[in-house]
Amino acid sequence: MNKLIVFKKLKPFLPLYLMMIPCVTYLIINNYIPMVGIISAFKSFKATEGLLGSPWVGLKNFEFLFRTSDIGVIIRNTLLYNVAFILVNNFVGIILAILITGVKNDRLKKVYQSSVLLPFTMSMVVISYVVFAFLSQQNGMLNNSILQNNPVEWYSDATWWPLILTLVQCWKYVGYGALIYIAGISVIDRSLYEAGAIDGAGTWKQMTHITLPALVPSIITLFLLSIGRIFYSDFGLFYLIPQNSGMLFDVTATIDTYVYSALMSPGGIGRSAAAGLVQAIVGFVLVLLVNAIVRKFSSKDAIF
Amino acid sequence: MTYNKTHQTVSHIILMLVTLAMIVPLLLLFISSVTDEKILVANGYSFFPEKLSFGAYEYISANSSTIFKAYGITIVATAIGTVVGLLITGMMGFALSIKGLPGKSVISFFVFFTMLFNGGLVPSYIMWTSLGIVNSIWAYVIPFLLTNAFSIILIRSYFASNIPNELYDSAKIDGAGYFRIFMVIGLPLGKPILVTIGLFACLNYWNDWQNGLYFISDPDMLSIQALLNKMNQNMQAVITYTSTSSSAAASLPHVSIRMGIAFVAILPILVMYPFLQKYFASGIMGGAVKG
Repeated sequence: MNKLIVFKKLKPFLPLYLMMIPCVTYLIINNYIPMVGIISAFKSFKATEGLLGSPWVGLKNFEFLFRTSDIGVIIRNTLLYNVAFILVNNFVGIILAILITGVKNDRLKKVYQSSVLLPFTMSMVVISYVVFAFLSQQNGMLNNSILQNNPVEWYSDATWWPLILTLVQCWKYVGYGALIYIAGISVIDRSLYEAGAIDGAGTWKQMTHITLPALVPSIITLFLLSIGRIFYSDFGLFYLIPQNSGMLFDVTATIDTYVYSALMSPGGIGRSAAAGLVQAIVGFVLVLLVNAIVRKFSSKDAIF
Repeated sequence: MTYNKTHQTVSHIILMLVTLAMIVPLLLLFISSVTDEKILVANGYSFFPEKLSFGAYEYISANSSTIFKAYGITIVATAIGTVVGLLITGMMGFALSIKGLPGKSVISFFVFFTMLFNGGLVPSYIMWTSLGIVNSIWAYVIPFLLTNAFSIILIRSYFASNIPNELYDSAKIDGAGYFRIFMVIGLPLGKPILVTIGLFACLNYWNDWQNGLYFISDPDMLSIQALLNKMNQNMQAVITYTSTSSSAAASLPHVSIRMGIAFVAILPILVMYPFLQKYFASGIMGGAVKG
């Protein structure tokens, strides 16, 4: 009797449940099984025995991980690059957004807006080719033109890499941030500027008193979202752009390049899984924390 | 903001310089690919080469079978992945947008939680390799079908706020089931959001080099980006991976061929960009790629 009522209630929705099956199945395989798979961080994985059959080793993988002599360098790089990227991208992105929205010529405005987004559509591999064309020791554009008399061994000299990586990632991603700020500026009430102009506020005053305050919610949200990802790095940027050069390790190794190289080295899969787990847990805690803070500031910008 | 003439001029100068900075690096890629190899080796990459040559492109078209194959793999993976991915996310988002669906909040949380926590590279790697996608086209397609659960949430809110309930009600009175409603009403009305999400998925597939790095060892199964990545690791690999005979290998224009293949890889994006950019722009502004 009871079952019949439940069935009658659910029956009209049956097609909807069927429509969800492919996606739910995919999420289980692609996302939930690997969540269970984090037990690999506590096992000595052997491909022949499978994940479940491999022996448990307790916290040994984590001991290995934190005994890695470079672990300090790797964590430092991940954190510092993220801080640098957050500052540079938001700063440049806001300036570009203000400049682009102020352009009166509609056609040029479109040209500027679409050109800043162009690098965003390029793959990191292709970008690594472009960077190589500039920096290659023998054939590089720079060593053969302005640096002809004192060429730099770019791929073995670590000096400039913090700057190069910051520039490359800014080049690729700044258009993305600029567009978010353009969207933020475009919803500002025009009459505010007119009123400001009547009261004698110049361009600078209008920017600091109207535009920037209006952007604060977007700035806070973007900032906090990136804080939530501060233990993650763009694998392609740090692996491909420096051509995976060992001599640049001190300034290019991050948690994500470590996870990959440990996975690929014999017997390194446990360390790799342990590093990935640390990353996932820190990321999880930070996202929850950040969201709680966003909700305090402006609840409509909270992710959940 | 109100701007006077000087402000406009200054903005234009700065923005034109920025525009150049965005485009010029890609120009160097193209110019290097049409620079004469001897000049390239002697003088390096340059914006103003002394001698042009289309040797790289002649080589690419003469040995097109490998590059065509890599291109084909990219196109097939992009097509299948985008269509299937869009279909499963579209159906999911549509179903979750229906008012009064029992269990909706539990399922929404199930979707949402995947954005908060993930198992990381190693468990995924172990699982996909044990499921046997290694060295097949599925290695490119399957891991990227749904890279961000946020698109489900976007589609759900789009349907919920853009399709009036009355439309569903009248369709139901006409005897249409939910699946028909999705096909006949949902898909056409959801077009703006579906096209935007689909184009981001396309871009994601086209530019994917990581799945090739993790799952492909067979040189016959390299996608165009995976091929570029392999050539990055080894200059000589240009020949190993693309030439059918190794005899004339030494005299071949390695350096410009590399650049030529890279340029061929981005050509479709460059050609389509004027058409695509407004979708990318509106997608980013609407939060289509948040997080």
